[in-house]
Amino acid sequence: MSSIVEAAEKPIRRQIKSVEDQPPRSIAPSPVSRVVTTVVLTLVTLYFLLPVIWLIVASTKSNSDLASTFGFWFADMNLGTNYESLMSWTQGLFWRWVGNSLFYSLTAGVVGTLISTMAGYAVAKFVFPGRRTMLAATMAGLLMPIALLTIPLYTVFNAVGATNTVWSIIIPSCVSPFGVFLGVVYAQTSVPDEVLEAARIDGAGEARIFFTIVLRLLTPAMVTMFLFIFVATWNNFLLPLMMISSPELKPVTLGLYGMISYFAPDKGAVMLGALLGVVPLVILFFTLQRYWRSGLTAGAVKG
Amino acid sequence: MSSATEVASEPPTRARSPEPRTRRRRNPGARTGLLFMAPFAILFIVVFVIPIVVAIRSAFFAQVPRNEGLFGGGGVVEQFVGLDNFITAASGTAFWRGMGRVVLYAGIQIPIMIGLALVLALLLDSFLVRRVGFFRLSYFLPYAIPGVIAAMMWLYLYTPSLSPFLPWLPDWVDLMTPGTILFSMANMTTWTYTGYNMLIFLAALQAIPHDLYEAARIDGASGFKIATRIKIPSVRGAALLAVLLSIIGTIQLFNEPVILETVNPWMGKDYTPMMMAYNTMTGTISPSGSGPANAISILMAIIAGVLAVVYASLQRRRD
Repeated sequence: MSSIVEAAEKPIRRQIKSVEDQPPRSIAPSPVSRVVTTVVLTLVTLYFLLPVIWLIVASTKSNSDLASTFGFWFADMNLGTNYESLMSWTQGLFWRWVGNSLFYSLTAGVVGTLISTMAGYAVAKFVFPGRRTMLAATMAGLLMPIALLTIPLYTVFNAVGATNTVWSIIIPSCVSPFGVFLGVVYAQTSVPDEVLEAARIDGAGEARIFFTIVLRLLTPAMVTMFLFIFVATWNNFLLPLMMISSPELKPVTLGLYGMISYFAPDKGAVMLGALLGVVPLVILFFTLQRYWRSGLTAGAVKG
Repeated sequence: MSSATEVASEPPTRARSPEPRTRRRRNPGARTGLLFMAPFAILFIVVFVIPIVVAIRSAFFAQVPRNEGLFGGGGVVEQFVGLDNFITAASGTAFWRGMGRVVLYAGIQIPIMIGLALVLALLLDSFLVRRVGFFRLSYFLPYAIPGVIAAMMWLYLYTPSLSPFLPWLPDWVDLMTPGTILFSMANMTTWTYTGYNMLIFLAALQAIPHDLYEAARIDGASGFKIATRIKIPSVRGAALLAVLLSIIGTIQLFNEPVILETVNPWMGKDYTPMMMAYNTMTGTISPSGSGPANAISILMAIIAGVLAVVYASLQRRRD
């Protein structure tokens, strides 16, 4: 298990010394293969980036310009009109939907991170009845086709009258077996038993030890968990599609789906909505990408 | 795992513990451990265990109109129907045609995506390019875009009057016909998830000790040989997991066909098994209700499990 976290730290360490990591000149690859590789990788970059560039350009165009002008460059600036038609089609609810997505993702992210960390810490540092069962169930949950759970989940929430509430999104979203897995791995390696014992000798209660010492030691793992849960909640479509019926409670994915499925929409306005609906996510993604990579590393080595 | 167990079973010296001595000696951390575990455990039961139990029970029942009066005006009652829901789903063509589509889709899309991800990871890990960070970030960017929104974007990119690239292709190219739409969807998933899988491979590659490469170089191995003899064998574990997760993900294919169906009604409400389960639940296709919908879900889970086990054991036999 400890190798997992060593591996998780490796990319960071490697980044720092990447200059000296270059091979000695005698065995360095030839200039030809360097050029060929750069060209190939640049072409692949176009495949991944051009659709996003098109999305940005398309969100500024009117329907007729979309059909008649070059796709990857701006035509008449139609951004204002697109924005107005986005607002009128969504009946002024567009920013409410973005706000809902933020609220669901933030709440599920914070609650999910806290309970996953607690569970991971419990499994890593305590012996209690049901520990092995819980660990096995969590690992099984990792491989569970989640979408299949949504239908019975609807039945359960419907039976207690909780569909079409914020709870029907937040409760299922904050249960993350992957978060617990990360929590176990990180708690085993970054929380030394000596520190816990010293704190106990000093008379600190278990709750105080957890909230003042353990949470601080596990912060990097928690940022990773938070990101995974946040993004998974923001991206989820089937769950809100089943659970939410009032327009005021829709997250932005569901709201935009309603827009393309029920109207013959202004294409530019839809693309503008799509663009504005992913901006918060993209910002979060790129500011915290270091944590993503360490989380993925743990995922890579667990196989 | 074992080290944590050993350490935790030694009674830690605790100065002022509120618990009685005898209990503490038996298992010092049991209560604390349970308390820390409890919030997740309770929610796990609510979100995973109870729905699974409900799904299995519900699959053996059908919702029939209550037998009151001429118009049956009394809501619905549940009636035990045994295996009828499973038989209805498994004997109809719609379920197997949907399943056939996702299996064909998985057979084409997963090898392409995993292969591309592996090649990109190997190239980025080979000292052949500078600005690795830029490439890595741009390949990963699509993963930040929610599946539904990416599908809406591609839908417009596939629409001849809007697409920036279709005008350059021959007129007969139509990306949304019964023969091509599966490939168009495969492209959407490949676009979204290749970067994610590439990062998993990159992480696994970076765990390989670099002395190994130097030794191989000195022995005269080419970069290509290092890739095929050292790197690819060492990322097999990561590849196995990536393929397994992709199989499980593909069986649930839902967002992309739902978005494409909004402009291609010929696809129908049961194009993939997950669409069929959803529309059975919401009453769009009959037989409807939670019984038949849960039966479809359980059949899908069984098939996903069988495919995953078959793939994993085939891989193990090759070793």
